[in-house]
Amino acid sequence: MRTLAMIRRVFREMLRDKRTLALMFIAPLFILSLVYFLFQGNTTTTASLATRNVDSSMVTAIKNKHITIHDVSSDKSANTIIREHDYAGMLSQDGDKLTLTLANTDQSKSAVIKQSLQAAQAKLKGQAAATTIKTQAQALQKMQAALGAATHTPVNATANAGNLKAKLGSTSYTTKTHYLYGSKDSTFFNTLLPIMMGFVVFFFVFLISGIALLRERTTGTLYRLLATPVKRGEIISGYLCGYGAFAFIQTLLIVLFTMYVFKIQILGSIWLVLLINVLLAMVALTLGLLISTFASSEFQMIQFIPIVAIPQIFFAGIIPISSLPGWLQPVSYIMPLYYGASSMSAVVQKGVGFMDVLPNLSILLLFAAVFLVLNLLTMRKYRQV
Amino acid sequence: MTEVIKVANLQQGYGKRIILNDINLDINTGDILGLIGPSGAGKTTLVSTIMGMLKPKQGTVTVLGTPMPNRKLLGRIGYMAQTDALYSVLTARENLKFFGEMQGMSKAELQKQIPYATGIVNLNDDLDQYVKDYSGGMKRRLSLAIALLADPELLILDEPTVGIDPELRQQIWKELHRLADEGKTILLTTHVMEDAEQSSYLMMIRGGRAIAQGTPDDLISQYHVNSVEEVFLQAGRDQDAHTSND
Ligand SMILES: Nc1ncnc2c1ncn2[C@@H]1O[C@H](COP(=O)(O)OP(=O)(O)OP(=O)(O)O)[C@@H](O)[C@H]1O
Ligand SMILES: [Mg+2]
Repeated sequence: MRTLAMIRRVFREMLRDKRTLALMFIAPLFILSLVYFLFQGNTTTTASLATRNVDSSMVTAIKNKHITIHDVSSDKSANTIIREHDYAGMLSQDGDKLTLTLANTDQSKSAVIKQSLQAAQAKLKGQAAATTIKTQAQALQKMQAALGAATHTPVNATANAGNLKAKLGSTSYTTKTHYLYGSKDSTFFNTLLPIMMGFVVFFFVFLISGIALLRERTTGTLYRLLATPVKRGEIISGYLCGYGAFAFIQTLLIVLFTMYVFKIQILGSIWLVLLINVLLAMVALTLGLLISTFASSEFQMIQFIPIVAIPQIFFAGIIPISSLPGWLQPVSYIMPLYYGASSMSAVVQKGVGFMDVLPNLSILLLFAAVFLVLNLLTMRKYRQV
Repeated sequence: MTEVIKVANLQQGYGKRIILNDINLDINTGDILGLIGPSGAGKTTLVSTIMGMLKPKQGTVTVLGTPMPNRKLLGRIGYMAQTDALYSVLTARENLKFFGEMQGMSKAELQKQIPYATGIVNLNDDLDQYVKDYSGGMKRRLSLAIALLADPELLILDEPTVGIDPELRQQIWKELHRLADEGKTILLTTHVMEDAEQSSYLMMIRGGRAIAQGTPDDLISQYHVNSVEEVFLQAGRDQDAHTSND
């Protein structure tokens, strides 16, 4: 009953504050779009692709305005050719075997080549009547699968030359993909997106709920509220449900935006993505409420952002945790965003199921529970029962 | 005549700092207790302690037969804080409804009580205005209406008459007396002597101690003066003389 009244009030306040609404719903989309254009959407990128002995039907299928094809006949190694001419990649065919070597210095160019190969596959599929083409298409398809299945290899392991090999048992072709630098996971936006999604939800929910409770403290309404028989838990759960609902809508908006505007394929269940985000929002909410206790003004609340919010993003998987200095790695285990973002990455990119992310989700829940209890305790300052 | 507030040997403070010492108080139903004293004397601190927002450092506070602090009992107290605590993006009506619901009132009770409470403070016509567009006095009146809303047995009002014009002040006092006659108990703090004169029982706090308490008439005859104000001044002088003698 009282919780309901709290929720109603939170809704009213939120809906009347157009600026905050915009911050919550439009700013995340803006940031994600910015990240998208910065890391992926460069339509003027042209990648130079060297080809050696590749069937002409295939070359034709690959051709598009973002790719310049250089037919080479030298029998130097792909690595040497790429280095000498500064190509973005090289595709060579040796009988039934297709080998793609990517320089991968500029991941957007690698992405262009991969996308073009994808497009070529689709094109060839369309012309599936011709059997030679069909087998090429199959091979490409398998290569795609291999690309997808290839395990993530740390940057330094592959830096000196391609040793990530996608082996294929193929009826007509065997394909190998070599990377000079980085790995096939390197389309940066794909790596970044699930992390950014988690971070954006975390950040805005943290900020908005924290400031809301802070305002309630500074205007004295929290004290006044506690002069009624309301339970502290009712106040907190009102906040949790009220702002939780907005966080849910925000998450939904972000996920839909990613799917329909960026056309990012979410391999796992979209419900799982939502669930992870909502849990992350709960942690952000309870943490925001808690942190607001230690701030005496909105300005001081903002000062907590570089301490509490920003570091999380570094430990969320943008830089692979395994490549961090050893002593720094354990720090990630106290970062809620680490659990949220790594689950999100796994669901979005690898399509893992609920059971696989359950441990991470439980930890998030634990974080929220701990912050919740701390919140109830700090509220004792205002009313000692 | 049952006891509504009983404070015994209260010592109160924040952290290590002691604000109130040796406070004893007995208030019965129908009493209007006026708490007066200079700024920073500890009036709000005493009020908070009686409400149970602060645990007594020493001594006991009993309200309506229940030792404080007690959360449930707050439902029987109508409280008006010294600083207006209102939600500025909500309208006055929404504020009233919200605090009423927090107090534990039903929809039907709210329906009935909102016109009554706002009538006393002359706010009926501005109920659907946003509180951020209210003047200071209007906010004060709305806070008072919130305190009156649930028709509580005990009203605790921290400086209710600040920023309220003389005409309305009279109207409010009329209502407070009517409530007291009905058997409600009222505790209010004030700096204004007219308010003190209207109270049925006075307690003067200065430097954390109760320097004088009793009915206005008793105090005036006890100090051989003509007004409550003079009682207050005389009691202050006595306290200073007493401490300098120590
Ligand atoms: N939350 C607090 N923490 C620490 N000290 C406080 C706190 N609130 C009040 N005080 C101190 O307690 C003393 C009494 O304050 P209180 O608010 O009770 O005075 P008051 O009599 O209500 O004054 P006024 O008439 O100005 O409202 C003051 O010296 C004040 O500095
Ligand atoms: Mg005060």
